[in-house]
Amino acid sequence: MRRGAVRALPPLLLSAGLIGAWELYVDLAGVEAELLPAPHAVASALWDSAGLLGRNFAVTAEEVVLGLWLALACGLALAVAIHLSPLLRRAVYPLAVGSQAVPIPVIGVLLVFWWGFGILPKLVVIALICFFPVLVTTVDGLAAVDPDQPKLLRTLDASRWQAFRFAELPAALPAALSGARIALAVGVIGAFIAETTTPTSGAYPGLGRQIIADINFQTPRAYAGTAVLVAFAMACFYALAVAERRLAPWSVRPRGDNR
Amino acid sequence: MPTELQSRAQPPLTRRLGHEPISLEGVGFTYRGSRGGAVRALANVSLRCGDGELLAVVGPSGCGKSTLLELLCGLRSPDAGTIACPPAVLMPQRDLLLPWLSALDNAALALRIAGLSRGAARSRARQLFAELGLDGFQLAHPSELSGGMRQRVAFLRTLLSGKPVLCLDEPFGALDAITRGEMQEWLAGTLARERRTVVLVTHDVEEAMLLADRVAVLSPRPGRVIAQLEVEACRPRARTDAQVIALRERALSALAEGARA
Repeated sequence: MRRGAVRALPPLLLSAGLIGAWELYVDLAGVEAELLPAPHAVASALWDSAGLLGRNFAVTAEEVVLGLWLALACGLALAVAIHLSPLLRRAVYPLAVGSQAVPIPVIGVLLVFWWGFGILPKLVVIALICFFPVLVTTVDGLAAVDPDQPKLLRTLDASRWQAFRFAELPAALPAALSGARIALAVGVIGAFIAETTTPTSGAYPGLGRQIIADINFQTPRAYAGTAVLVAFAMACFYALAVAERRLAPWSVRPRGDNR
Repeated sequence: MPTELQSRAQPPLTRRLGHEPISLEGVGFTYRGSRGGAVRALANVSLRCGDGELLAVVGPSGCGKSTLLELLCGLRSPDAGTIACPPAVLMPQRDLLLPWLSALDNAALALRIAGLSRGAARSRARQLFAELGLDGFQLAHPSELSGGMRQRVAFLRTLLSGKPVLCLDEPFGALDAITRGEMQEWLAGTLARERRTVVLVTHDVEEAMLLADRVAVLSPRPGRVIAQLEVEACRPRARTDAQVIALRERALSALAEGARA
């Protein structure tokens, strides 16, 4: 408990320092609230509009979580397929790289035409943005198995599937989790892009749309929404770090001298 | 925990002894080197190893000793000559323990691959684990084990494959001298309990003399058999036994001649 408190201290102090400097800058330089609202104004907007922001946040959080699962599933499946088939690697890898350069607004309307005004087109956008780091790190992780390992497994009469299941898949897990962390970091901005490029018919459009709607005339509330997104991304990141320690403890555990 | 009766009732996975001897006749092997050139690893190698015997293969680094084991395990096919060998399992130079599995699960890997459930594989491995001086390390992960303990677990994994022939590739090469001495005694003791046919590749002539029934000395690349020695001294042997010393000198002089030729 005390160790946790000590570890949380540096980021808290840094955040407090940065917010203090921001407050001083706005007050002393006389910056207009439409350009950069002071932290206290953002805090009171957050307080006053907690209900509105909370309901929009629930929409966005659902998009991020489901979108990341979709990205993870697609990234892992594609990585395994690419790992097992050199032909697929040659065929798919360049296209996967290319997919990352597609500006989302170009396909936003098409996605809505296909899947309507619900959550699905947004999930597809998030998955498109987030699958790539999972794919790349997992492909590398699967290939990083010791080259002598297959020899050993063959003399133990392991089938291709067993070699994959007992050696390659667990060996790739830490790399895949690193990929998931990168995906998570871009997942929240992915949801923002998804919301602002694909129109929605829901009662609450999500924090992304809310922020865009507020930015000119309710600037402190736009900043308050942004603060919620930032905090959410950080919370997800640390939740994943905890999961990582449980799923792949050997990659976190300090290694012995004899390797 | 299985009771003693239950574990005794488990039949062996395969027949461990009672197989044809290993025999190599005029075996040659050439592989493509990293720069595209052909590298002759072995030339005209003829060897025999009887059922339940321990054959040590000694030779300078790079004389094709590891290639020989890969041929015996069926990982490669010879370009020339013929090989007759019962099913063989390889214990590679590095232990290749899987870092995410406990020592017990690493040892039981072959049993899992053979289709046993996790529980059944563990209970069968657990029995040998204690017998072979590994008790207390069942749950340790490889990163927590010393070099000697890792080799023991790797050997147990090899043993539990149930194959009649064990191919050990410099199993103690990376260990310090004291640990190596302990491990040689341990291996001799283990094989006295669990008799198998063993082909042991080593560059340590003394190790060969301590452990083997017969010793084949290979020349520098391409590897040829330049001397075959029979070790008849009874076990356990000591480094200071007269026959061990005499045979060691003969092997060393054969190696020196091979290097000059």
